Amino acid sequence: MPKVLIEPDRCKGCELCNAACPQQILAMSKEINTKGYFYAQVTDPTRCIGCRLCAISCPDVAIAVRTHAVRYNLFEY
Amino acid sequence: MTAATIFGTPESLTDRVTHYCPGCTHGIIHRLVAESLDELGLRETTVGIAPVGCAVLAYHYFACDFQEAPHGRAPALATGAKRARPDLTVFTYQGDGDLASIGTAELIHAANRGEKFTIIFVNNAIYGMTGGQMAPTTMPGQVTSTSPAGRDVDQVGYPLRVAELIATLRTPSYVERVSVHTPHHIINAKRAVRQAFEYQKAGRCFSLVEVLSTCPTNWGLTPLESLKWVEETMLPYYPLGLKKSPDDEV
Amino acid sequence: MAKKLMKGNEAIGEAAVQAGCRHYFAYPITPQTEVAEYLVRRMPEVDGVFLQAESEVAASNMLFGASAAGVRTFTSSSSPGISLMAESISYIAGAQLPVVYVNIMRGGPGLGGILPAQSDYFQATKGGGHGDYHLLVLAPSTVQEAVDHVILAFELAEKYRNPVMVLGDGMIGQMMEPVQFPAEAVTEPPDRPWATVGMKNRPQNLIRSLFLNADELEANNLELRAKYDLMERDEVRFEFYHADEEMDVMVVAYGTMARIAKTAIDALRADGVKVGLVRPISLYPFPKRAVREAAGRAKAVLVVELSTGQMVEDVEWAAPEGVPIHFFGKVGGNIPPPEDISEEISKVLGGKATPRGLYGRVEEAS
Repeated sequence: MPKVLIEPDRCKGCELCNAACPQQILAMSKEINTKGYFYAQVTDPTRCIGCRLCAISCPDVAIAVRTHAVRYNLFEY
Repeated sequence: MTAATIFGTPESLTDRVTHYCPGCTHGIIHRLVAESLDELGLRETTVGIAPVGCAVLAYHYFACDFQEAPHGRAPALATGAKRARPDLTVFTYQGDGDLASIGTAELIHAANRGEKFTIIFVNNAIYGMTGGQMAPTTMPGQVTSTSPAGRDVDQVGYPLRVAELIATLRTPSYVERVSVHTPHHIINAKRAVRQAFEYQKAGRCFSLVEVLSTCPTNWGLTPLESLKWVEETMLPYYPLGLKKSPDDEV
Repeated sequence: MAKKLMKGNEAIGEAAVQAGCRHYFAYPITPQTEVAEYLVRRMPEVDGVFLQAESEVAASNMLFGASAAGVRTFTSSSSPGISLMAESISYIAGAQLPVVYVNIMRGGPGLGGILPAQSDYFQATKGGGHGDYHLLVLAPSTVQEAVDHVILAFELAEKYRNPVMVLGDGMIGQMMEPVQFPAEAVTEPPDRPWATVGMKNRPQNLIRSLFLNADELEANNLELRAKYDLMERDEVRFEFYHADEEMDVMVVAYGTMARIAKTAIDALRADGVKVGLVRPISLYPFPKRAVREAAGRAKAVLVVELSTGQMVEDVEWAAPEGVPIHFFGKVGGNIPPPEDISEEISKVLGGKATPRGLYGRVEEAS
């Protein structure tokens, strides 16, 4: 199952990843990170399809994506 | 079976968190360049040339040798470096104030000589670092700190379309305009950036990729609204696409 | 190597090649364009790079890129062109890059003229660009010395990681004189571990002059200052011509003016007049001690320049208290024959010349 890993302290709370997620399973945290930003979090990891659009949209390389299963290459990146 | 990383930090980026404002797409463009350098195996033989502007500190974020140019002069430094060491990959990373204003002569003549390096031109229609002044690429009617009533085209003319300008030169080159305001556009932009470095790696021609970018802070918009502004305001005026290919008839 | 009759500008081009330089970026400007016309043929013979830039601004910035990428590089220009290069010279000094500039001076200011002048002394020695920096400046008085200084300039640029300027006037560039080049040309590339040649198994090499943090910028400024202190100690060059004796008049002149002054001095000495010359060869660092020491043996000092008075200020500063300082300048491209200088010296001897006062000539004229 694909896994999205967000580094809270790299996040600047810009929310671009939220908008990019086709599954709409990203939202901003309630706590703030070390720089005072609300950071992005995965609300329902079970619905993640490993498409990487969140990581692709992140200006701060705060998101990494891992997966066990074979995944469908929806696009060339 | 251990999990495979299918998206991680490129080797050509340092792990330093950037100083760019939240939602500023400089960060995405940096990553596209770094990914291209990694994929083409160029990191260890690359020299970047930093502009004067928000991206002057690019050298903190790229894991390759760097030179820092006076405002607008990066294409001249790149010419010197590439002529001195044609075996090195040389790229400049410049904003619109740096490239399309003070550095226009250096840009046009480097392109016209067909210098075999790559220019990553980030067009966010404003001067970022100095706090939001009008740039040659500022949109008609766009309010900035030096066009408080909006850019008046009767007074200061229309925004400069760099990609088209360079495409009119006869010397063969690769010129494309892309954007990074949606994932789809980012994926396409990556293709173009990588293509530019491929042409350089092959010693083929001058390459320039103009990337429409955002400036939430100085546009006075949220990061998401900024993406929308690129789509609705910039895109119609700055059409995306390939403007010139080295294969074109001279 | 046998002597060869060469035009100054061409000899300068050849000197750079002999010094191991293989990268020349320049822009045409009278009276030194022959350097480019020579090197466009010569560089290919040594697998070198010749590139005519779109402006002097671009040319000098190409030097930045090339030098930072590890190669010896130089340009030649003239007064207005050097003004355009001032910004990048400041960056090159700030980023500590070895680069050589040759300025074959012409009349100014503005478009001025194309005839010889020495009116860029301030620009060269007091810094034409912004910030605390210095160019090491050498002033040749013959075509042979221009050759020697270009070769020396590459050595000093490397030694101090600093821009070095060879400051000649139009005559140096346009004259033909016999010259000799060193028996052995430099062929070894310079050793620059700091150059941006690819980050391989080492940390990033970064060539920059931006230091936003005050302490870092201070450290950079002080590092540059330390180099200039070393230059002021070790790189002072001058010539005494009968200036190690008692003198009724001590002439101070550099470049071609020193040569013309020597002819005047020889004629006067033949008539038993005690007159000598101090010729600064390094304009920065200025030979303060030599001028002070020699002026101590003189009743009066006469500074001769192709300008309205620039080096004279450094002479005034260096000369001991009580020695009257006189100035004789020719401008516009008019070159004084030796007789003009002899006449001026005689006026000083006969007390008919008015020394430069504290407030300049205007106040004394009224």
